[in-house]
Amino acid sequence: MKSDFWSGARAAAPILLGVVPFATIAGMAGVSVGLTPLESVGMSVIVFAGASQLAVFQLMSAQSPWLIMVLTAWVINLRFSMYSAALAPHLQHLPAWKKAPLAYMLSDQAFGISLSRFAVQEPKSPHWFYFGAALAVWTTWQLSATAGALLGSQIDPRWGFDFAFPLSFMALLFGALRNKPTVLAALTGGLTAVAAKSLPYNLGLPLAISAGIAAGLWAESLLRRKEAQ
Amino acid sequence: MNPWLLFALLALGTFGLRFSFIYLSGKIEMPTALQNALQYIPAAALAALVFPALLAPNGNVDFSPQNLRLLAGLGGALAAWKTKNVLWTLITGMVLLWGLQWLLG
Repeated sequence: MKSDFWSGARAAAPILLGVVPFATIAGMAGVSVGLTPLESVGMSVIVFAGASQLAVFQLMSAQSPWLIMVLTAWVINLRFSMYSAALAPHLQHLPAWKKAPLAYMLSDQAFGISLSRFAVQEPKSPHWFYFGAALAVWTTWQLSATAGALLGSQIDPRWGFDFAFPLSFMALLFGALRNKPTVLAALTGGLTAVAAKSLPYNLGLPLAISAGIAAGLWAESLLRRKEAQ
Repeated sequence: MNPWLLFALLALGTFGLRFSFIYLSGKIEMPTALQNALQYIPAAALAALVFPALLAPNGNVDFSPQNLRLLAGLGGALAAWKTKNVLWTLITGMVLLWGLQWLLG
């Protein structure tokens, strides 16, 4: 049980390097659009979804109406429902009061770490493994966002620390490629995301994931038909 | 609008999306076809986060050698493939990016 918690936290450790700059920037950006440091940190704790927070800051600086901000953030966070579906079978046995805080902590990173591990080998207590990874990401996120909100000034963007995000996802991606259908799902998802990049509100992401799933299922049925012959 | 009210609304939808399937599983039987489809989410989602950051870092698709993130990312991909290790992938990719920026920038 507890050992799965720590192996989850350990698996998250290298990824935290990518979390620090992004969360720091999110904390700073809040202050830069006129929130107090307390509000900026409060938003990080309550919402805990960086991409949507940055989008809202951009809309705040453009004086957008609140309904646009809310809908934009929800659409950007649509991908969490897909992560939730993928994670659900591993948390199925838990009571709702335990599921709720685990769901609140769901992030791109916690999802990626857990699912790529579960695909190779399911730990004895998958929810403890997930909790370890998710809590490590959450804690790092909040500390960095607080530092960013207090610092207020800007890290030089020329360092390109935002590149740490795709790099950390890349390592998880190679762990998720187990057979031909998953490779095809990845290629389709990736290329669709590039092609759909200009769609508003990050809609390209759910679209790309759906296309990737369809491609994987198609390849799987093709392989099965070949075996049957 | 009061910012705290705005945050609450943002959080409401975001939490709902995160909780949706986690809450429902075990309460309703998930169809086998759906479960089967779910196994492709990690590969598709992770690739969808990675590809645009390398191929179109500035918004437009850029296959030229001026696209340093594509070059550094390919090096990172090689490290990811060989080691399956996040830290080595991060170090390889970031060092390559900084090296290329220093050489060509």
